[in-house]
Amino acid sequence: MTDAPNRPRSLTELFIAFTVLALQGFGGVLPVVQREIVERRRWMTHDEFIEEWAVAQTMPGPNVCNLSLVIGSRFFGLRGAAVALLGLLLVPALVVLTLGSIYSHYSDHPRVAGALRGMAAVAAGMIVATGIKLAATLRKHPLPLAVTLSLAALGVIGLVVLRVPMLAALLVLGGTGCVLTWHRLKP
Amino acid sequence: MSADVVSQPLQIALAWHDWLDLFVHYLVISLMSVGGTIATTAEMHRYLVEQHGWLTQTQFNDSIAIAQAAPGPNVLFVALMGWNVGLNAGSYAAAVLGVVVTMVGALLPSSVLMLLAANWGHRNRELRLVRAFKQGMAPLVIAMLVSTGIILGSANGNFATDWPLYAVSVAAALVIWRTRIHLLWLLAAGALLGALGWL
Repeated sequence: MTDAPNRPRSLTELFIAFTVLALQGFGGVLPVVQREIVERRRWMTHDEFIEEWAVAQTMPGPNVCNLSLVIGSRFFGLRGAAVALLGLLLVPALVVLTLGSIYSHYSDHPRVAGALRGMAAVAAGMIVATGIKLAATLRKHPLPLAVTLSLAALGVIGLVVLRVPMLAALLVLGGTGCVLTWHRLKP
Repeated sequence: MSADVVSQPLQIALAWHDWLDLFVHYLVISLMSVGGTIATTAEMHRYLVEQHGWLTQTQFNDSIAIAQAAPGPNVLFVALMGWNVGLNAGSYAAAVLGVVVTMVGALLPSSVLMLLAANWGHRNRELRLVRAFKQGMAPLVIAMLVSTGIILGSANGNFATDWPLYAVSVAAALVIWRTRIHLLWLLAAGALLGALGWL
């Protein structure tokens, strides 16, 4: 693996870079991270990006936040991780809270309330679609499709119909998935 | 009582142990958020809306919709929920406290784990245990996302009157699944249909 040609010169540059890319990310920041950090600024190669992304996705926590922590820490250690995460969150949080406050003043207006109801319905559909898109990757899973789909279906029934706490679902169904996969993978 | 409080649909009182409970709950959520924080929305809903009644259903859904429509990481819906819990408790100071409690709670454990794992996982990425965890969690991560979407989409309750909302959710899911259209166009379309009074 070759190292990327560039690196951020200062913590300030790191902060500004993450603030700028976060503010471009409507409905998902990951594509913008890839474009800015890998293609434009060349702080990472494609290979490095994919490898870090795999870990960021596997670990608990918001994926893009996890990714920013790894990228920041790789250049400036713990300080870099904190600065990258702050860059990603601080200014966008102010924007979101401002929008939320403006909205709460107009929420009694039927057209505004209707508009947000429509957006909420779209957002719900988007989250389901993300799950369906991910389900396509189960075809390459070491376990048979019938097993993985059954685990996923049991999860939906448990969470939606039976309303079990997510921790229980994670331990029982997630744990089952991990153990079965472990047995299936050749050492 | 200020005018701001009157315009809120919910008035709650939070004692210090409630804030602590909220913080601890988000610490746990942080550890459960494999597949992203949005995948734990079902758990937040169970806790904030059903169990404690600290947020109304509408506030819960609006927080997610606004954060999706705004720039920045989607996890900021957590900040907006914390903000709304604080406003329901009666002041802007409480709202700021709500943001800090929920966001720090949702990010701290996962961030520490991430930094530890990034080093360790990089050195041991071929290990059977690492691969088993990564792939074994996949079915449940998918179930968590689908459940979140269903709970948000079905929160309207009355199918006889709210069927157009369900139709929009299903249509949006199909379009996003099948095309690469930018999400903003769909959010704008949803907003337009709603503003016209069709939803």
